[in-house]
Amino acid sequence: MTLWLLIALPFLAGTALLVSGHRADRLAPWAGIATAAVTAVLAIVAAVSAPEVSMPFLAGLRIGLGVDGLSAVMVVTVAVVLVAVLVFAAGEFGAAESRARFHGLMLVFAGAMLVTVTARDLIVLLMAWEVVGACSYALIGFWWREERRAGSGVVAFLTTRAGDLGLYLAAGAALAGGVGGLTLAGLPAAAGGWRDAVAAGLVLAALGKSAQLPFSFWLSRAMDGPSPVSALLHSATMVAAGAYLLLRVEPLLAVTGWAATATAWIGVLTALVLGAIAVAQRDLKQVLAASTCSQIGFMVLAAGTGGVAAGTGQLVAHAATKSLLFLGAGAWLVALDTKDLARLKGAARRFPVLGSVFTVGALTLAGIPPLSIWVTKDAVLASALAGSPALYVVGLAAALLSGAYVGRVLAVLWLPAEPDAVRPLNAWLLGPLPVLALAATVLGIVGLPGPARWFATLLGAAEVPETSWLELVVSGALAIAGALAAASWTRAEKLAAPGLFAGWLGLERLTRLVVVTPTVRLADGLARFDDRVVDGGVRAAAATAGALARLTDLRVEWSIEGAVRAVARAARSLGRQAPRPQTGQLHHYYAQAAVGLGVLVLLLIVL
Amino acid sequence: MLSVVVFLPLLAAVVLFAVPRVPDRFVRWWWVSVSAVEFALVIALWAGYPGGDGYAYEVNLRWIPSVSSGYHLGVDGLSLPLVALTAGLFLACAVYSLRQDKRVRSFAALFLFLETVSLGLFVALDLILFFVFFDLSIVGMYFVIAGWGHRDAARAAVKFFLYTFVGSLALLVGFIALYLAASPHTFDIVELTRQMPLAGGGWAAGLVLLALGLGFAIKTPTVPFHTWLPPAHTEAPAAGSAILAGVLLKMGTYGFVRIMMPILPDAWRRYAVVVVVVGVVSVLYGALVALAQRDFKRMIAYTSVNHMGYIILAVGAAGLVADTAAEARQLAVTGAVTQMVSHGLVTAALFLLAGVLYDRGGTYDMSRYGGLAASAPRFAGLTAVAAFASLGLPGFSGFIAEFQIFTGSLGATPVATVLAFLGILVTAALFLRAFQRIFLGPSRSPEPAADLTVAEGVSIAPLLVLAVVIGVFPRFLLDLIEPASRAVLDLMAR
Repeated sequence: MTLWLLIALPFLAGTALLVSGHRADRLAPWAGIATAAVTAVLAIVAAVSAPEVSMPFLAGLRIGLGVDGLSAVMVVTVAVVLVAVLVFAAGEFGAAESRARFHGLMLVFAGAMLVTVTARDLIVLLMAWEVVGACSYALIGFWWREERRAGSGVVAFLTTRAGDLGLYLAAGAALAGGVGGLTLAGLPAAAGGWRDAVAAGLVLAALGKSAQLPFSFWLSRAMDGPSPVSALLHSATMVAAGAYLLLRVEPLLAVTGWAATATAWIGVLTALVLGAIAVAQRDLKQVLAASTCSQIGFMVLAAGTGGVAAGTGQLVAHAATKSLLFLGAGAWLVALDTKDLARLKGAARRFPVLGSVFTVGALTLAGIPPLSIWVTKDAVLASALAGSPALYVVGLAAALLSGAYVGRVLAVLWLPAEPDAVRPLNAWLLGPLPVLALAATVLGIVGLPGPARWFATLLGAAEVPETSWLELVVSGALAIAGALAAASWTRAEKLAAPGLFAGWLGLERLTRLVVVTPTVRLADGLARFDDRVVDGGVRAAAATAGALARLTDLRVEWSIEGAVRAVARAARSLGRQAPRPQTGQLHHYYAQAAVGLGVLVLLLIVL
Repeated sequence: MLSVVVFLPLLAAVVLFAVPRVPDRFVRWWWVSVSAVEFALVIALWAGYPGGDGYAYEVNLRWIPSVSSGYHLGVDGLSLPLVALTAGLFLACAVYSLRQDKRVRSFAALFLFLETVSLGLFVALDLILFFVFFDLSIVGMYFVIAGWGHRDAARAAVKFFLYTFVGSLALLVGFIALYLAASPHTFDIVELTRQMPLAGGGWAAGLVLLALGLGFAIKTPTVPFHTWLPPAHTEAPAAGSAILAGVLLKMGTYGFVRIMMPILPDAWRRYAVVVVVVGVVSVLYGALVALAQRDFKRMIAYTSVNHMGYIILAVGAAGLVADTAAEARQLAVTGAVTQMVSHGLVTAALFLLAGVLYDRGGTYDMSRYGGLAASAPRFAGLTAVAAFASLGLPGFSGFIAEFQIFTGSLGATPVATVLAFLGILVTAALFLRAFQRIFLGPSRSPEPAADLTVAEGVSIAPLLVLAVVIGVFPRFLLDLIEPASRAVLDLMAR
């Protein structure tokens, strides 16, 4: 019951707000925050009571939802971040904005996200997964009057939809492989070749949704959405859903050897490459977006190397941290009307409270001791080391880059300020931030030996490889080194932006060139083919029939006509000949009678 | 009871002409009332449906005894959803046409006639009866397109008529062949299903399958027999397009499941691969050509080819018996029937919305519009819902259908199904692009478009609400379809 309520409440409230339209604009922020608060309470209750529900759906395939350890963590994360983000949004959106549409979409998204993280089988997971993508489309294109923003929503939706085809593949393969009820827990038991298809499909879908390489470009475009959207969807929840899925089906990845290796390597390479991209960005939100891909790369790495507890810890810590940072960026966007790093110089000095809280979050993100991501990232690196030393080394390099991009941003923000026009920040905007900062800081406790074991038991994960103090020191030192180096280079203005990394490796242009343009050209070609050849065949058939008809009319009809006319002509000429014997001369009549009688006699003799 | 349901609209049409001088307002409301009563009757039929095997509400009277053709009507889990769909769509068109002002009496009478004919086809259990209704539907739709269509309507109507009529002649050849092959000779579908004439019959069975397949493939339509559809849709009036797409196209796919699969099971199994290929080609070709369209209505017409392709893929995959579990095959066929219902609802809604667009802007050309959501938010919202429903987003009936089709077919024919996945990606691209071009971005037209009127909203919204209900609580529909699809599969496995 709790679970149904937990899911139905945001869905129904959100749908009600969407259907009401502009009439509900004044009520929307209150309704949104209230619903989110109740949802958070329900989430905590559900996390503690671990309910399970199921419902008949298709033939022989029920849909099941349940809250186990991993889902409990996710459900609470989603609900808490939702509250924070909606409070912020109440402060950001003024009376002129479509607040009902915004809060409605955010609530529907939250409902779908909650279903995603409590899904027990592939059907309901796929359904919620796609709805999450659709809400993302609508929210990224929220300011739809601007062509580019609407287009960004389309790019995001189509890219994630392409990945979602993997889930359809996984569902069909799971059925063919004999997985009863298509349950996620039953996937490792699928038959041989089908199991590989299932794993491939799930990995594809997860990589697409989590903006891992090569799909990362959609997250860059997603930054065209409002900041609360970036904070909720594109840092804490939706993009983390891919990582969540991989963590959930980690047993399947482990059993299908190649899937785990591929996942781990794609994750760590994303972490590295996107870290480098983050260093090269000029726009604060773009830095945060690239950083999100990079941090999720660590979670994907954890899933690939069997570190479920580590990955989950990283997910939660990152959710708190990144949503804090996006909201902070959003606050500066409201106050200074810019996200450009060059124009944000000294912004932290002009808004000290915001600046300090943001700095706490940024330092956490870098993995600076003793904050949460330092601990969780190290747990991930430990499980990577257990997998293969190469992964560990690349992971360390990525950690170094995390420090670098954070150092660069902080250096810019704390430079001496230039006085400029500012808009004051209201309490709504600033309120949620310290709470998130506290969470970001404190969640590192999960890494300590005692709580770590409890956490692993909660998640039903295997024994966590003990993180040695040496590894912790190494990763912490690397992060600090990276941050300091980048900060000093930035202050000395030596950090030029290499073009390729600044443009996200040109991935979007590449996709357009390799996928989009050929498809559109093929479509145009087929349309012309359809009009000229296929329809042309039909027109030719019709024309042939017409020509045949005319031919019949001219030749055949004419010849039959001719035959009929010839008969008539013969009859007419016979008729003209008929009165010839009527000469009026008696001897002619006698002769005719004699001939006639003679013929009759002959006939009588013959017959 | 079934006869009443089938012939009530025709009676109402006759009444319209019997009364000498009627004001247009009376005609419109008469039409709406009769359609509403009809819909209520069909709901009563559904509520009273006994379930289980066999046909309900059967009527079997002597009609043409010299060719053993009887007036045989009956519904089962396959035809009842389609009957309900038909009644619902005609009601929606009646409400939508409250704004129709061109020769309203003939328009209403023609639609009532079409309703009788469509209902009659779905409940017919005799091949001659089926054929009569099939051809009459072509006649009715011809007049709708020719009489109330747009500029090039005459040509499009003739093309539609001749092309689908040739298809129905192919059907007639097949029906007569079945009659002659059966012993004792009969046109009754139930009897023919029991007899299975031409069982193991080699080339004769193949030829009959070809004839029937040709006839139904033209009506569905599948590639390459689809070129009558785009001009017919583009030139037809909005309500006409809605019925053409929502009801008439289903006659083709219904024929596959009702006539071809049960009566010629081993020929079907032998040539199932061909069916699968035709299905996949229709899916991809329809989606890609739709992507290239600049005309909104033509684009939706090609997406119909795409959606019908999924149905063909599913029934073909169900015929590939090798190594497929019964569960998967049942999912495929259930998905196919669900897609018939879902496509009817959603595409009819899309065509009615296209009619609204034409009414506001005078053209279907998408590049002439822009930023319509500013002045017509409800119109934009409803179109967004319809577009997402059509591209198969979960929460709508289209997903239920397509998911079942994909999941059921993957085991039997993995390559074809994986190719068919691309269909939902391309469809997503084309709908989002169309929506963005027409409704989002800066405004491109000089005057703001008016939002939906009450009649338009009341006619379109319930169709989409129903699509959502089926998408979230599909059991009420699937409880009806699943036993019937099991029965069809059992018949096909003989």
